[in-house]
Amino acid sequence: MTPYFLCLLLFLIGVYAVVRKRNIIKIIIGLIIAEYAVNLFFILFGYKLEGRSPIYSPDQEIFNMVDPLPQALVLTSIVIGLATTALAVAIAIRIYEKYGTFDITKINKLKG
Amino acid sequence: MFELNILLIFMIIGALIAIEVKDLLSAVVAVGASGLALCIVFLILKAPDLAITQIVVEILCLIILIRATIKKDLPFSTSGRWFFNTLATLVFLAIFAYLGYVALKELPSFGNPIMKVSQFYLNEALKETKATNIVSAIILNFRAYDTLGEATVLFTAVMGVMALMRWKGRKDIAEKDNE
Amino acid sequence: MNSDLKNKGMSLIVKTITRLTVGLILLYGIYIVLHGHISPGGGFAGGVIIALAFIHLMLAFGKDEVLKILPVTFVSLLESLGAVLFLSIAILGFLGGYFFMDWFAKGKPFKLFSAGSIIFSNIGIGLKVSLGLFGIFLVLILLKFKAKK
Repeated sequence: MTPYFLCLLLFLIGVYAVVRKRNIIKIIIGLIIAEYAVNLFFILFGYKLEGRSPIYSPDQEIFNMVDPLPQALVLTSIVIGLATTALAVAIAIRIYEKYGTFDITKINKLKG
Repeated sequence: MFELNILLIFMIIGALIAIEVKDLLSAVVAVGASGLALCIVFLILKAPDLAITQIVVEILCLIILIRATIKKDLPFSTSGRWFFNTLATLVFLAIFAYLGYVALKELPSFGNPIMKVSQFYLNEALKETKATNIVSAIILNFRAYDTLGEATVLFTAVMGVMALMRWKGRKDIAEKDNE
Repeated sequence: MNSDLKNKGMSLIVKTITRLTVGLILLYGIYIVLHGHISPGGGFAGGVIIALAFIHLMLAFGKDEVLKILPVTFVSLLESLGAVLFLSIAILGFLGGYFFMDWFAKGKPFKLFSAGSIIFSNIGIGLKVSLGLFGIFLVLILLKFKAKK
């Protein structure tokens, strides 16, 4: 059970960065860490002891494969995470151009 | 799984350094180290597709983050109710951690998944699709609706970045109108 | 000559190494996309590798060299083409019965042309992911140059 709890700790670190930090780049880093933890949890949950990777081989019969379903779900999720990170970075760059800072407490001139 | 725990602890240390260091560029490098450790973890957990995807995505993510942080000032303000804010956050995280502990205790133990649905895929994938990579067979044949949805999300994100980053803004058009 | 080179990208060493390696990286990405149903990989991983090949070229040679080959409108056009290719494979399933039905000839396992529509879906997704991510990188870079003016 130890890997599950380490994974939960990693997720909590990401949530702490999102909630507590004031720098926008630190918030984006927190989002990335939380996303790592979620992807990792899916794969940890599908692992089978002494399992083989779910790919057939032409010259030998393979039994005892690990769970392929979480891998299929996470494979798309990784690339989507990259695209959403790029969207967040684009918003951060625009905020920096408008206000000249990354500090969210100084962004109070909401004038559109 | 001794090496797995070592790698997870390495990822946690990398994440802690990434969120606590003052230099933004160092923070980006630390989160990159954490992501590369995640790539090796995927390889240990027998997921080679994910390992390939994770290592290339990590490199591109680093390039984009460095583009955002390079040559920028480092505004750091610790004024305000520092003690109260940290205390409130830590209490919230403690409650979250307790609930997570209760939920994770009920799961099947590590290394023994239930695999009720997956057993069907493992039995039928080679017969139905003739694809030897079962992950590929699932995302493009059995569960292609999911992949279509994910492609839509990707398309929307790309459109959002392109709309945010346009350089012919509303200001230019307004100036032209004023003239 | 020196100042001219400095303005357009990195040093001579980087340019020479890039000229040698970028073709191999692009070829590897195409291999990963096409063999997605046999070996690890697929449209998502191969698409990111192809995007990285173009980004490598752009970081080494400056933006003008790459924009000559791939203008921004062309990039977004090809990205939409990838999305349309994937959707049209889904709609082609109606010919066999229902949405996403795989009625293509299956062939034998472990061959390149097997597994029905998976290889075409991989090509569509690879086109979409690679040019979408390259387009993101391109607009992020171009904004910096426009802001300086």
